[in-house]
Amino acid sequence: MAKDLLLEIGLEEVPARFVRGAMDQLKDKTEKWLDASRLSYAAVRAYATPRRLAVVVEGLADKQSDVNEEAKGPARKIAQDENGAWTKAALGFARSQGVEPEALFFKELGGVEYVYAIKSSVGVETAGLLPEALPTLATSLSFPKNMRWGGYDLRYVRPIRWLIALHGDEVVPFEITGVRTGNVSRGHRFLGADTTIAVPSDYVAKLREQRVLVDVEERKQAILAGINGLAAERGWHIAVKDDLLEEVLFLVETPTVLSGSFDASFLNIPQEVLITSMREHQRYFPVLNAEGKLQPHFVTVRNGDAAALETVAKGNEKVLRARLSDAKFFYQEDQKGGIPSFLAKLENIVYHEELGTVADKVRRVRAIADKLAQQLHAGEETRQDVSRTADICKFDLVTQMVYEFPELQGIMGADYALKFGERPSVARAINEHYSPRNANDAPPASLVGAVVGIADKIDTIVGCFSIGIVPTGSQDPYALRRQAAGIVSTLLAHGLELTLSDLFRIALGVHAESGRAQKREAFDVLKDLGEFFALRVKNVLTEEQIRYDVVDAILGAGADDVRRTVLRAQALQAATAEGRKEAFRPAVEAFNRVCNLAAKADDSRQVDARLFMDAAEGALYEAWQHAHGIVTKAAAEAKMAEALDALSGLSGPVTAFFEAVMVMAEDEAIRRNRLALLATIADDVKSFADFAKLNG
Amino acid sequence: MNFQQMTLTLQQFWAEQDCIVVQPYDTEKGAGTMNPMTFLRTIGPEPWNVAYVEPSRRPADGRYGENPNRLYQHHQFQVIMKPSPDNIQELYLESLKRLGIDPLQHDIRFVEDNWEAPTLGAWGLGWEVWLDGMEITQFTYFQQVGGIDCHPVAVEITYGMERLASYIQEKENVFDLEWVNGVTYGDVFKHPEYEHSKYTFEMSDVAMLSQLFSTYEAEAKRAMDENLVFPAYDYVLKCSHTFNLLDARGAISVTERTGYISRVRNLARAVAATFLQERERLGFPLLKKGEEANG
Repeated sequence: MAKDLLLEIGLEEVPARFVRGAMDQLKDKTEKWLDASRLSYAAVRAYATPRRLAVVVEGLADKQSDVNEEAKGPARKIAQDENGAWTKAALGFARSQGVEPEALFFKELGGVEYVYAIKSSVGVETAGLLPEALPTLATSLSFPKNMRWGGYDLRYVRPIRWLIALHGDEVVPFEITGVRTGNVSRGHRFLGADTTIAVPSDYVAKLREQRVLVDVEERKQAILAGINGLAAERGWHIAVKDDLLEEVLFLVETPTVLSGSFDASFLNIPQEVLITSMREHQRYFPVLNAEGKLQPHFVTVRNGDAAALETVAKGNEKVLRARLSDAKFFYQEDQKGGIPSFLAKLENIVYHEELGTVADKVRRVRAIADKLAQQLHAGEETRQDVSRTADICKFDLVTQMVYEFPELQGIMGADYALKFGERPSVARAINEHYSPRNANDAPPASLVGAVVGIADKIDTIVGCFSIGIVPTGSQDPYALRRQAAGIVSTLLAHGLELTLSDLFRIALGVHAESGRAQKREAFDVLKDLGEFFALRVKNVLTEEQIRYDVVDAILGAGADDVRRTVLRAQALQAATAEGRKEAFRPAVEAFNRVCNLAAKADDSRQVDARLFMDAAEGALYEAWQHAHGIVTKAAAEAKMAEALDALSGLSGPVTAFFEAVMVMAEDEAIRRNRLALLATIADDVKSFADFAKLNG
Repeated sequence: MNFQQMTLTLQQFWAEQDCIVVQPYDTEKGAGTMNPMTFLRTIGPEPWNVAYVEPSRRPADGRYGENPNRLYQHHQFQVIMKPSPDNIQELYLESLKRLGIDPLQHDIRFVEDNWEAPTLGAWGLGWEVWLDGMEITQFTYFQQVGGIDCHPVAVEITYGMERLASYIQEKENVFDLEWVNGVTYGDVFKHPEYEHSKYTFEMSDVAMLSQLFSTYEAEAKRAMDENLVFPAYDYVLKCSHTFNLLDARGAISVTERTGYISRVRNLARAVAATFLQERERLGFPLLKKGEEANG
């Protein structure tokens, strides 16, 4: 026999951003409890709205399954004394298994006899377990933010106002914070009424009657159908962002989609401002035309039916009018200022207690950006743009618009900069220097944006590292990982000839010159930076689908030149791919032999041809000289596959060399000469990869 | 429904829920929460139900009476119920109906909004209530006040009267609201809005205000030394308003700002802790009364 089970936790409106997580948790914890309790079931389904979290267990067994299993005890010689009587150990074992000593028996395991007991327990009736298990389950849900209410001690997401616990047609009795379980649920706050749930399988339908769509997917489809219907009817393109849809989904129990309009004169304000204001403040979906241009309409979802929709639309229009008037006011006011006055205000804004004001940061970014442009041999025009962009890249932080909408930083900067007469290339770079803004965002498209973006990010990272803020585990409050990844992706996208060590040196130099007391030794900071960035490069290689042993081998030769590191990895991946790796194996073996022996060499790379005793030595030296020329040229041109080919070409001469001579010759001069030759070759090999890390 | 009728309607409604209806407190403050009827009385175990309208001063929001939505002084209608009743949301929605807002004709939602007042060492969780997309009420379960855990928990409902009225009366400009038959909000408040804005932004004497802040702070401490909680708290309120005036004048730098806030907060915490001690010393009189009534 099996019955269904329903648990519904009725709540005051749960924050939209917590609902799905809570619903998933309820399902997960229910399943875990059922499994741990040896209760079989057909399915577990979870439901959620702003006012309720519910779970239905279908086909829940009436009883736990019985247990019948052997339990192993102590060995025979410990369990019985010389007279064959049970020892204390055996009696204790029997007691712990809940059996009489007479029921113990012996079994052989690996040549030793052990005492055993049959542990059996008859499954308990499900109905007997529920009154204790369900309240534990309900109160075990965890939320990012909890509260207390009334005179109760329980910390929960919002106050619990009703509870249903229904096993078949029986109410499971318990109480949480003064609320007793029953079989009556509440309908939509305004459109529905209380409704009795006779059996769990009625739950979804009964609540639908009371204007609550408890099934999340059903509700989502209803919203999308409403939006799509409106779009088709009006010929609109309605931009549905997933995170906004998700939030709206958990703000309503009966969704009805409606639209409203605003005065077209507001369209003079940048589109991003209007869209952000509608989304962030009002949770509206913006309306675009086929060309992606914003239209003077919005779409919103009401928690109710279609009654008096004009009133609701009119109210929303009134609110939006006030919002957009504010935005328009900010936009006009901001333009009354000028870049110099905004820059002056940056002097008063603390960036970080130990790292000075935002103006201080801007000065460092400018210094770093100038040095980077120089290092990159940028042209005169680019250098001028870099300097100007760096100087003014943060001015919009003190505009009223960015104060109101922080996510518009950069976007407003670019817009205002153009209006203030800055060059378009500078305006564009102001916006770009924040990129990539998230994991899915592209790096700056222009070189100017790339240089200033790198300067801004490395200043943040070096600044934080130098005062001891280094991300650990899940702790990364300043999003330094994202910023470092941004630098790496920018270097790659632009193929910049800039090594990480040069970048670190420049940034540390500027920080040292800033006059700020240095809290940590530059050497320690440099070491942390190297490790931190190596991990970011490793992520890039992994995303490029480079095999993990290739990744290890490549990073064994460092990641200082990010672009060439990726190219080296691609070349090595190709050389060791199926079908090619057999041909490549002798080269790997040759490299490893060379490197192993080279470890015995001293620092001298003095190879003296006069000390060659065998033709194979001279041949190898000549082959290396030839290969080295190619490797150097190929590396300079970032043709890493060619460099690897040239190195592989040494495999024959290396093998011949080892066949012909004993490296560890008796004569010290000869030995040292041979080791110096190998070490010279090893230097080239090791700067490409640590081939010993490759899998056979 | 005119502005005055709204206030009377809400007073009547919450009086029916056994709230003590009191008059606005006579010291300047930025929000109804700062009234001692809320700030002090939500601390400790004693039951407390109160409702009042509170003129709230936000000097930095002054716009010379020229902005249709922003004001130097606006009105909050404040309700406190401790412990929070089980049907508090239903009571609140009922009060909206009394104001003529039929939920079936509108879209009413409870949207997460967590409240924090660093100067008061207070925070709570709850919602802003949306009426057709407009925030009309702040609804908060207090978790901590003056740095002290609330137990039992008080619920605070703060109606933004101007916003509600502009919706009910369908007015775009706050100064066009009808206060009472034939008299507009502007008739009553436009003139002081202009003068207060002019004073706040152009006239106020920074040196004197800084001096006043220190004087009020010292006096609050002196009163606290004698465990005179209510007088001390009045001076804390004066400190807070003086700080707001200085801030609106742009006289406080970022670094100084943190310093001022922590000075007010320290005072508020001390007052809160002493209030609790004093009530305990008195044997929590309202708690006993409540027990008698229930017993």
